[in-house]
Amino acid sequence: MSFLKLSAVSKAFGANVVVKSFDLSVRKGEFVSFLGPSGCGKTTVLRMVSGFERPTSGAIEIGGRDVTHLPANQRQIGMVFQSYALFPNMSVFGNVAFGLKIAGASKPEIASRVKEMLDLIQLGHLADRYPYQLSGGQQQRVALARALAARPQVLLLDEPLSALDAKIRVSLRDDIRAIQRELNITTIFVTHDQEEALTISDRVVVMNGGIAEQCDTPHEIYNRPTTRFVAGFVGKLNNIPAIVVDPDAGTVRVESDVVTLEPRAVAGRKAGDPIVLALRPEAVSMGTRSGDVVLEAKVQEVYFLGSVIRLKVAAAGVSLSLDIFNRADAPPPDVGSTTHVSFSSHAVIVLDS
Amino acid sequence: MKKPFPWLSTLIVVLAALYFLVPLYATFQFSLQMKRGEWSLAAYESVFSSDVFLSTLAYSAVASLAAIVVGAALVAPTAYWVRLRLPKLRPVVEFVSLLPLIIPPVVLVFGHIRMFGSSSILPLTTTDGGTNFLLVSGYVVLSLPYMYRAVDNGMASIDIVTLTEAAESLGASRARTIMEVILPNVRSSIISGAFLTFSISLGEFVLASLLNRPAFGPYLVQIGQDRAYEPAALAVMTFALTWACMGLMQYFATRKPGQRVFPRLTLALSRNEAR
Ligand SMILES: Nc1ncnc2c1ncn2[C@@H]1O[C@H](COP(=O)(O)OP(=O)(O)OP(=O)(O)O)[C@@H](O)[C@H]1O
Ligand SMILES: [Mg+2]
Repeated sequence: MSFLKLSAVSKAFGANVVVKSFDLSVRKGEFVSFLGPSGCGKTTVLRMVSGFERPTSGAIEIGGRDVTHLPANQRQIGMVFQSYALFPNMSVFGNVAFGLKIAGASKPEIASRVKEMLDLIQLGHLADRYPYQLSGGQQQRVALARALAARPQVLLLDEPLSALDAKIRVSLRDDIRAIQRELNITTIFVTHDQEEALTISDRVVVMNGGIAEQCDTPHEIYNRPTTRFVAGFVGKLNNIPAIVVDPDAGTVRVESDVVTLEPRAVAGRKAGDPIVLALRPEAVSMGTRSGDVVLEAKVQEVYFLGSVIRLKVAAAGVSLSLDIFNRADAPPPDVGSTTHVSFSSHAVIVLDS
Repeated sequence: MKKPFPWLSTLIVVLAALYFLVPLYATFQFSLQMKRGEWSLAAYESVFSSDVFLSTLAYSAVASLAAIVVGAALVAPTAYWVRLRLPKLRPVVEFVSLLPLIIPPVVLVFGHIRMFGSSSILPLTTTDGGTNFLLVSGYVVLSLPYMYRAVDNGMASIDIVTLTEAAESLGASRARTIMEVILPNVRSSIISGAFLTFSISLGEFVLASLLNRPAFGPYLVQIGQDRAYEPAALAVMTFALTWACMGLMQYFATRKPGQRVFPRLTLALSRNEAR
């Protein structure tokens, strides 16, 4: 049973169609992220949900009610902006109280709810401060409290962490998720940072050119991307060119070797079709024993990242990245040395060439 | 390393200050010489004891305040709407707001008199109330460049669009958004626009004179023709008033939200706390 539902929503600005037949249904309490490159229409979809833009066609439902033509101030949404957008003339208390005041709550009711919200974001001691007296991270917390105070039906966040520095970004990200779970509020979170999206979401919608390319759990998006765009946009990918030999047997040719994949991976293709075998860096290992496909390789670069060492090797006529764990007793291979890399044919994502 | 003393720029500043202050000082000194052979405030006393002075000043003050209220009520929502919904029109509106600086007030007032004269469909000039209305609307027009600029700058310093959306997402109506979110944040700009309007219209001559209003500007000119020392005293007072307006403008423009209008006297209290 979906709580928030977008059916074939499209949006054009003049002749420029920026959102194309967008479908989405979000369960009550679910956390969904929109992920995609700049200009792909994430904000536009969010603004249609919030009521700041009217869809050119399609329908939007919140809690079983058609809100497509409802103005923003009657949709009961909570909105958090990249620029915080706190009211500069109001104290922290005043900001958080604003929505409750509009809703006509009584004074004691407002006081207790604001206190509750400020405790939730751990800023109870700053109730009398004004926005200009707060750090960016504190301002965004207040903005979150303000959005949630009047118990909205959905919480919409548009790149709320983009203006913050790395450390605050991570801690506030985790806090947003914790608060979202605690209140069980249906949430849409817009970001162009894939780590952010994959870390905190129940589901991720990967968008490109106004289209929802794939909508699934972070695990599925990362491990089983359904389109070339998703595969390339989310995480790093090694692309090995190959030619289908026998689709029924699942055999393909990589350089001069013939490799056997699961037949369903190449289902629907013909012998001689050029394809790309895509592999995550962590799916490729050093040595000959970590999988059924073994390639000769020459080490080109060694990047020491701490707990992980990323190697760049030349194999199968292309350059592959692979991650190995750092171990104190095993130094990484030398640049220029020859070795073998191997991977499991189950880890291969087959893409169009 | 110590920078060499900036002789040239200091010299320029001193010269400019002299150019400005010497006539002012001369006027002030002259205004004190009404009684032969001694300094006195007799010219000021004479001015204040005149009924005409007080009545024209009061008249002009009321007219200026009316112009401020009407001007702000007209300009603030317009500037807001243009920024929110018609950003492409901003250069046009800005240009229109500057027209009163280009077109002399005489043109405006003759337009008024022709449009609303005794033989027109709407003969406003035949009644006192009608003429007062024309004067105030004229003042609104004259102060438009300053009011619009002040308010528009104020709106530029906050993110009007996002603040409006934030308020609306919290359920606020348009009217409520304007009253509780937008206006309080541009209040200081409106106040500076108000002080500018006040200082322009308080001593305004052309409109008041041609509409034949008992205003302060025509009175100043009249006194200037009839007397010697009182005009000097009036000039000094008008000058002081203008500067007071500027000072207040500055104060409101730099005031932070939550700061008191007048700083509370907490000296005794903080001394107690320190112990
Ligand atoms: N009001 C508007 N008028 C005309 N075009 C617009 C308007 N708003 C957005 N667009 C266009 O729609 C497209 C999508 O914009 P949108 O803001 O939704 O992108 P986004 O995915 O949020 O990008 P970003 O990550 O940069 O925020 C862009 O090409 C943009 O130029
Ligand atoms: Mg955006």
